[in-house]
Amino acid sequence: MGKKKTDKPYKKPLIKRRRPNRSIGGDIAIYFVLFLIAIAMVFPMVYAIEASLKPLDELFRFPPKIFARNPTFDNFSDLFVTMSQSWVSFSRYVFNTVFITVVGTVGHILLASLAAFVLAKYDFPGGKLFFGIVVTALLFNGYVLSIPNYIIISKLHWVDTYWSIIIPAFAAPMGLFLMKQFMEGIPGALIEAAKIDGAGIGRIFLGIIMPNVKPAWLTLMIFSIQNLWNNRASMYIYSEEKKTLVFALQQIQSGGIARTGQAAAVSVVVMIVPVICFIASESQVLETMASSGLKD
Amino acid sequence: MGYLNKYFILRKHNLQVTVKKMKQNKLCYLFLAPYAILFTVFYILPVVSSIVLSFTSYNILEPAKFNGVRNYINLILDDDIFLTGVKNTFLIAVITGPLGYIMAFLFAWLINELPRWIRTIAVIIFYAPSIAGNLYTIFGVFFRGDAYGYFNAFLINLGIIETPKLWFTDPTYMLPICMIVILWMSLGTGFLSFVAGLQGVDRSQFEAGYMDGIKNRWQELWYITLPNMKPMLMFGAVMSITSAFGVCDVTMALCGYPSTDYAARTVVTHLFDYGFSRFEMGYASAIATLLFIIMILCNKAIQNLLQKVGT
Repeated sequence: MGKKKTDKPYKKPLIKRRRPNRSIGGDIAIYFVLFLIAIAMVFPMVYAIEASLKPLDELFRFPPKIFARNPTFDNFSDLFVTMSQSWVSFSRYVFNTVFITVVGTVGHILLASLAAFVLAKYDFPGGKLFFGIVVTALLFNGYVLSIPNYIIISKLHWVDTYWSIIIPAFAAPMGLFLMKQFMEGIPGALIEAAKIDGAGIGRIFLGIIMPNVKPAWLTLMIFSIQNLWNNRASMYIYSEEKKTLVFALQQIQSGGIARTGQAAAVSVVVMIVPVICFIASESQVLETMASSGLKD
Repeated sequence: MGYLNKYFILRKHNLQVTVKKMKQNKLCYLFLAPYAILFTVFYILPVVSSIVLSFTSYNILEPAKFNGVRNYINLILDDDIFLTGVKNTFLIAVITGPLGYIMAFLFAWLINELPRWIRTIAVIIFYAPSIAGNLYTIFGVFFRGDAYGYFNAFLINLGIIETPKLWFTDPTYMLPICMIVILWMSLGTGFLSFVAGLQGVDRSQFEAGYMDGIKNRWQELWYITLPNMKPMLMFGAVMSITSAFGVCDVTMALCGYPSTDYAARTVVTHLFDYGFSRFEMGYASAIATLLFIIMILCNKAIQNLLQKVGT
């Protein structure tokens, strides 16, 4: 291919392939700046990973070096040792996190898709109003709602149980919003056809809608995992044996100077899980986000 | 009289239509119910009870006592620290909100034209900081207050400063550095929405624009890309407002809680202080209520502004 193009220089394949309205000079300048910004963005993460690979003597080197000279995984194995020495076993923390994440995510996807389906595909009184309220609720972050939420959860006697994290996660507005927007993209003709064939609302939901919104499931899953993984629930849970892995890890992180290496390892573990989840599902997430726009 | 009668007949008719529609769509409510109930309990009820509690004095142990608008009067007239918090929050929101928003869109737009595999990597690089948990504490190492801190060492070596600066203890530097950290983390869900939305813009429109005399990439951005992206821009704005007004994690982790002279206090930190350190729930609810109102108004204003984009 390449040779053919050089045979006919008068055809200018390079120029022809370019989009209109783009100057080469501008492209080079803009992407050079973007490249520098990307390096600045990625630097803290690279630094954290490098720090977690440094042996203790290199961590305290002066002047400090960015890259480890003798990279080891000692910090991670030390972290494992510390975790297994705590009176609540390591596996318990893992279990807590997995339990909360799995139950919270499954429930969230189920409830959000049920509600999103009728909001997207049926016109019934109150539906639009409800969706408007959900969109407004996207504005409120957890801290602002935390005080009344604490009172509500204590009235329900859920303080210091898993439910205090799991059940509110079911109702996260972001999931419903994305699911509803995505479902609106499914052609109405599909549903009409099913109706003519005699399918009820339940059949339409299970047989037609759900199989067609797989990218949205995955996206909700990713967002729910990100949310629950970083949820330390320090407000609702005080028993050590019910705390999540991230909470326990961050307790190690505040363990002072002797644990500098382990603290670096903790940051990496806490960071890497959501990032890997995202990398694994990037194309599906982007497919869902393509319909995330707010129309009015 | 006749008009009034007509009006009532019309209303009655509308009501009958609504009731009939509701009966026809009974199953819809069944589908909506599980989510709607939980949403009401954990999102609507808290907002309502915040508003109610804001007119009381309540410390969880004793029953709430009604005390009118005293909480609001105290907040605005007597609480200097709250006013510092409001000032800081507005400063952070006004600077990092729009800047982060524009950054998110600009980066999404620029990487959109890159080959697919570079775009995939670029999205990960730009998006990762926002989901990286508490990795931002690493900035505490870069900006450490003694000569060990990279930034201090760098500036001393260049001869710009002579003694190390206490970046997170000196009120002059706290906020700017926190803003850098917040900007680093600001390419979140809105950014993903922009990236995805840009891929959906119809290519033939660009060619048509070229024919119609659009001369450079910036005109193309303003006249073709932005109008096409309006729904995503609105969604991104909601996300930006949420994060810009909700700042507290970063300032609390980096500058301490409480920070020197309360110089890094934000509205949410103040709410946290009264809610979970002093247990003055009524007062904290008043703070939350004010924050709700500010956020909703700000959202309205920005949505109206975005309606005018590209026209």
